[in-house]
Amino acid sequence: MEKRITLICGHYGSGKTNVAINLAFAAKKQYDKVVIADLDIVNPYFRTKDSMEDLKQAGIALICSEYAGTNVDIPAMPQQMYAVTDDRSWHAILDVGGDDRGALALGRLAPAILEENNFEMLMVINGYRPLTKDAESTIEVMREIEYAGGIPFTGLINNSNLGTETTAEVVLDSLVYAEEVSRLSGLPIYLTTAEETVYNALRGKIDHLFPLKLQSKIN
Amino acid sequence: MAEKVLMKGNEAIAEAAIKAGCLHYFGYPITPQTEIAAYMAKRMPKIGGVFLQAESEIAAINMVYGVASTGHRVMTSSSSPGVSLKGEGLSYLAGSDLPALIVNVQRGGPGLGGIQPSQSDYFQATRGGGHGDYHMIVLAPASVQEMADLTVKGFELADQYRMTSMILADGTMGQMMEPVSLEFDIKPQPAKPWATTGTNMEREHNIINSLSLVPEELEQLNFARYDRYKVIEENETMYEEYKMEDAEICIAAFGIAARVSKNAINEARKKGIKVGLIRPITLWPFPKAPFEKAAKTVKQFISVELSMGQMIEDVKLATACQAPVTLCNRVGGMIPSPDMVLAAIEEAAKNGGAN
Repeated sequence: MEKRITLICGHYGSGKTNVAINLAFAAKKQYDKVVIADLDIVNPYFRTKDSMEDLKQAGIALICSEYAGTNVDIPAMPQQMYAVTDDRSWHAILDVGGDDRGALALGRLAPAILEENNFEMLMVINGYRPLTKDAESTIEVMREIEYAGGIPFTGLINNSNLGTETTAEVVLDSLVYAEEVSRLSGLPIYLTTAEETVYNALRGKIDHLFPLKLQSKIN
Repeated sequence: MAEKVLMKGNEAIAEAAIKAGCLHYFGYPITPQTEIAAYMAKRMPKIGGVFLQAESEIAAINMVYGVASTGHRVMTSSSSPGVSLKGEGLSYLAGSDLPALIVNVQRGGPGLGGIQPSQSDYFQATRGGGHGDYHMIVLAPASVQEMADLTVKGFELADQYRMTSMILADGTMGQMMEPVSLEFDIKPQPAKPWATTGTNMEREHNIINSLSLVPEELEQLNFARYDRYKVIEENETMYEEYKMEDAEICIAAFGIAARVSKNAINEARKKGIKVGLIRPITLWPFPKAPFEKAAKTVKQFISVELSMGQMIEDVKLATACQAPVTLCNRVGGMIPSPDMVLAAIEEAAKNGGAN
């Protein structure tokens, strides 16, 4: 992660939050000051805040609405969000809400991010999700997000998985899809993720393979 | 790529409905079921269907009434407070013998409550929901696959018996993601000679109405409806039994509570406690038979619910109180943990339930 800001966007349910948290842990190995910012204004569940304790222990700062994960179901962002662009001493991972509706919140930060021009804008894709099951539909969602968020994508994260039924083969089978999205969009596959249980079986077989630890929500 | 896809429970309902031939969706957004509307908004325009976000839940249910009158498959979805608003429409659908699918992805209540999962609309769903003597077929999925399968089943039953089917899920079922197969064996839709499709000057007018001017006729309509309910009770009851063969303690649970209970049962079995589960899949008609049978051998029933104890009344009725029925519950959006259910099982075992 060479760029100062890494933006994580995608179709809802594509695994953005999980990927963002894993990237934050990876960034922390590289940099001293790492912050993860939750820009989701759409989904009140499955938030970065669910991993608050783990993040705190790792020394990763969290910027997140105090309403996330509560019964207060309103689109809200804390004022600290501006620190992401104002204070350039931090490496920031931005967990953006799903689809174009989620990316709308990005609009407020987009001018500063574009001006600084030190970012990766990554689209998380999962070919096993029905509304992004092929390259064409995935790119349609991608264009909607770009239009709403005002920042062009720079790469893809292939997070194709079948939840609890993910096997090494499931990940391998998704490569054709991911490469097709890459070819049609002209964007490189920045990472392909593999859950810990299948990571070893895939090592050496996929470029830029990234081990993924599932963040569980404790109720 | 594999034939399965990864879906949220809410999305699975929406896609299954489309596959079942439902091309009309009317709704109003509310957490935790909004993904159904969002999915329909994306998909319907692409397949020549109708997605309409109504100005309110009351408007939406009356649009459902309109389409149902024409004999087309139609649905709406909401969550607890929104379903209360639909109550009047549900009664009118019943009074007009119209088939439709209603989805309730329940959240904590009463009132505005919260957005976390709940099962506290059991009474409302199984006793009708609106005014008057009527029932809905109430289906309780316990996995994303069942969210899809029971949606198809719900449309078929609704058409077959000319009444409303309700999917009674909870926030967890709506939000959780699981691999799901969307291959269904969709039966051809039955003919609907009663529908208002235009007479072509070849037949009498069909009239869809829930107003009866003559009390004697209204009474006969009610009798006929309840004769039909009897057929449904005999033929359409669905349930799952889990490790009931030798069970001395029986858990009654549906939806997410049944999944938690299975984990607890597996732990209790390791400790030598003979405990099993009866999971109603149709909440109405309630599966009385397996409970009647279990009551002959089971020493204690435990109803595990995300409510203050609603299904427990049906368990007591079905077992005719031949064995004690206790409640293990959390409310307000909280879910009983496997440990909590295990403790309830161990308590029952200590009281002579098993060993």
